[in-house]
Amino acid sequence: MIKFLIYVAIILAVFAIGYLVRVFELASILKGDSPHKVTDKDNKFMSKIMMLFLVVFFVFAIWNLKVYGPLLLPDSASVHGAELDWLFNFNMIILFVVFVITHIALFYFAYKYYGRKENTATYFTHSNKLEMIWTIIPAIILTFIIIYGLQAWTTITAPASKDAIVMQLYSKQFDWTARYAGKDNELGASNYKLITDQNALGMDSTDTKGKDDIIVRNEFHIPVNKEIEFKLNAREVIHSAYLPHFKAQMNCVPGMTTMMHFTPTITTAEMRKKPYVINLMKGINAVREKRGEKPEEFNYILLCNKICGNSHYNMQMTVVVESETEYNEWLKSKKTYFKN
Amino acid sequence: MENHDQQAQSNHGHLEEHHHEESFVTKYIFSKDHKMISRQFLITAVIMAFIAMVMSFMFRLQLAWPGEKFWILNFLLGDKWAPEGVLEPGMYMQLVTIHGTIMVFMVLTGGLSGTFSNLLIPYQIGARDMASGFLNMLSYWFFFLSSAVMLAGFFVETGAASGGWTVYPPLSALPQAMDGSKLGMTLWLVSMSLFIISALLGGLNYIVTVLNLRTKGMTMTRLPLTIWAFLLTAVLGVLSFPVLFSAALLLIFDRSFGTSFYLSDIYIGGQALEQTGGSPILYEHLFWFLGHPEVYIIILPALGITSEIIAVNSRKPIFGYRAMIGSILAIAFLSFIVWGHHMFITGMNPFLGSVFVFTTLLIAIPSGVKAFNYITTLWKGNIQYTPAMLFSIGLVSTFISGGLTGIILADSALDIPLHDTQFVTAHFHIVMGVSAILGMLAGVYHWFPKLFLRHMNKKLGYIHFWGTFISAYGVFFPMHFLGLAGLPRRYYSFTAFPMFDNLVDINIFITTFAMLAAFVQIIFMFNFIYSIFRGPKSEQNPWNSNTLEWTTPMENTHGNWPGKLPVVHRWPYDYSKPGKAHDFVPQTVPLEEGEVDGGGH
Repeated sequence: MIKFLIYVAIILAVFAIGYLVRVFELASILKGDSPHKVTDKDNKFMSKIMMLFLVVFFVFAIWNLKVYGPLLLPDSASVHGAELDWLFNFNMIILFVVFVITHIALFYFAYKYYGRKENTATYFTHSNKLEMIWTIIPAIILTFIIIYGLQAWTTITAPASKDAIVMQLYSKQFDWTARYAGKDNELGASNYKLITDQNALGMDSTDTKGKDDIIVRNEFHIPVNKEIEFKLNAREVIHSAYLPHFKAQMNCVPGMTTMMHFTPTITTAEMRKKPYVINLMKGINAVREKRGEKPEEFNYILLCNKICGNSHYNMQMTVVVESETEYNEWLKSKKTYFKN
Repeated sequence: MENHDQQAQSNHGHLEEHHHEESFVTKYIFSKDHKMISRQFLITAVIMAFIAMVMSFMFRLQLAWPGEKFWILNFLLGDKWAPEGVLEPGMYMQLVTIHGTIMVFMVLTGGLSGTFSNLLIPYQIGARDMASGFLNMLSYWFFFLSSAVMLAGFFVETGAASGGWTVYPPLSALPQAMDGSKLGMTLWLVSMSLFIISALLGGLNYIVTVLNLRTKGMTMTRLPLTIWAFLLTAVLGVLSFPVLFSAALLLIFDRSFGTSFYLSDIYIGGQALEQTGGSPILYEHLFWFLGHPEVYIIILPALGITSEIIAVNSRKPIFGYRAMIGSILAIAFLSFIVWGHHMFITGMNPFLGSVFVFTTLLIAIPSGVKAFNYITTLWKGNIQYTPAMLFSIGLVSTFISGGLTGIILADSALDIPLHDTQFVTAHFHIVMGVSAILGMLAGVYHWFPKLFLRHMNKKLGYIHFWGTFISAYGVFFPMHFLGLAGLPRRYYSFTAFPMFDNLVDINIFITTFAMLAAFVQIIFMFNFIYSIFRGPKSEQNPWNSNTLEWTTPMENTHGNWPGKLPVVHRWPYDYSKPGKAHDFVPQTVPLEEGEVDGGGH
């Protein structure tokens, strides 16, 4: 019944607006204005709004930077991440300049050359010189963008060094599991056909390389300033291992092993002491307090960034970066998967 | 030349033969007339766009106020999908998936090309109709069926497809993986297959018509830029949609017949599947081989429409006509060799990634040429601010700002941390979603007199433009910051992660503007429907435009021109040409002695 009344109310409202518009149209015709023809007065008015928009838009952009800027991720906590931070800023400065110049030109012309009865436009069909300018200058700028970009890309995707710590990140609906390769630094074989409730990774007990492998859930630790090589696998659908603080991401694809590697540079404890992070956490905890939730400390996080099912939004693992000695002690406290 | 005359003659004869009254069914439903088909596409697309917008409104409510109760959600979705007004995660996934699919395919491909290619190709090249009216009719009806089947997903028990609009397998291939991969996914694939048929029938027709049915004197370099854009769009569609069809076909096989094109080594629902040897990456390649040209299938018609409207309303020739054609050709060509930039972090060979970085960033050059040429067209113009002109200027702005963030994402190294975050959502919404919608709306306001012989209300148009434009930036500008803070897209809620707690204000800000955007679209809907029936009647050439569509009488005659087809003598952009009586010279006016045609070279 309520639904029916709402429908009726909506239909009546539409009719009411219809008649209102009719009244306004007739009124404007009586005043000598046309409901569709554009007049010089309209042109002048719109041109002023164009200029106003330009100013408001720039103020809005700067306001965004000022208010939302401090909510962004802290300085990257990995070697290549710091490079990417630089590359991003380099690109962003160029793009911001282009954005400002083109928008000033666009909206200033829109403001200045509004239509007036007594005016005529200039018949200006083309200019090879101008067109050369805005083909060649962007080409030169793009060359730099491409060169720096590809340099970073080749370094990041080059094979990991031989002494990198090897570990596996295993994804399934809807959680992560981490596996350390142990003393031999080689992961034991696994097979999806061996998966059971107890053997969630399908580890092959006949492979001696797997004897020293350690499996952890919820939280994994890595040592600072050591290169870590991740081998990524997925059980049933594509997931994506995303570590925003380290600027690292790679998809986990069923049926194949993908890889990524990075070197963390800041421990969790160090990060918690950074003024930027303290400030960030203050903001976060203020929101949490309002909601009646307990305050949190800063943590690195691994999350899933490829749509993987209804609980995609809930798939995470905490990452702890610590000194090598702390890391070794932590790892020692963990038992190997196979009892030797 | 003789050919053209014969064509005109035979078309003329054809016209006289069929002068009998048409029945309601042949005139309004199974019409073969390009103008009626154009209207059918437009009205279907407007309805679909409205539905997709309501969907986005629903999931934006959830993103701003996760877990809160909204009676409107319960009202629209019922007790199963929004118990007590709280959106179910499964429903959230369905909404984002179908919102994306409808907007990309039904509205901005079918709706945009279907409406304006159909309306303008015969009109602006001086043809009586499309090359094949019958195929054209089929194209619409396949589109209609496809839209209906897409929406039908919401009425099956397990819900609509919900693996994101890209429907990557194995998620979309395994019914065990989520409810949305059950019957809803089958319907998605059926709908998409129907859509591809529609796009191909339409596209072939557009290409043949442009190449063969141009009137006497309408050389390729006298075509309005709209037609160039529609032609290249059709070529892109014809070359890339079959690849999507093959991707969908293989997916149907994997889903229903136990093949393993995309599946390998999968353990799900307590069971190891038999399929081995397939690769989900294959699907991604096939999908994006369409998927990337697809974004140009969306944006090129909008740019074509803008080129025309900016020239007409600046009362100036479009700046660099030949450079504009060149850049459309360059964009169309390059769009086929950049698809890998969607796959930098899928495990694709990094070297291949570098190649795609290079080709992708090359596209910035022709795109930049287009943007600078639009700006130069405004320079020293005599700008007439019709609502269509406002929307076109808005498009230039969003095309630039969205294009610039594309440079970041095309850089594979920078894409690593931003891939699949809200930064990407913000980027593609601005550069192709908002831009194309602004272009489409510009076209609706500008050609409304040709579509419905009446005018839309100017003041409501102004409110509509500023409301839409401001709220588009209000929604998508701050969204970049969410992405830079590491916030993934397609998350039902962010409350599981303390690190995102402080972003809730941005989400509320965005949703507020999304609501404003939705509200002004209601104003548009009203203006649109009201003007179809009650708008003031239009004169023959309301914008003092040069192109041929305005030389036809203001009535819907079959065959467009009573009597002979017009003969074209000049390019379409002689606005404010020195030494002329008026500030426009229609294409049908013969050149004076010694007068140079075109951009003067």
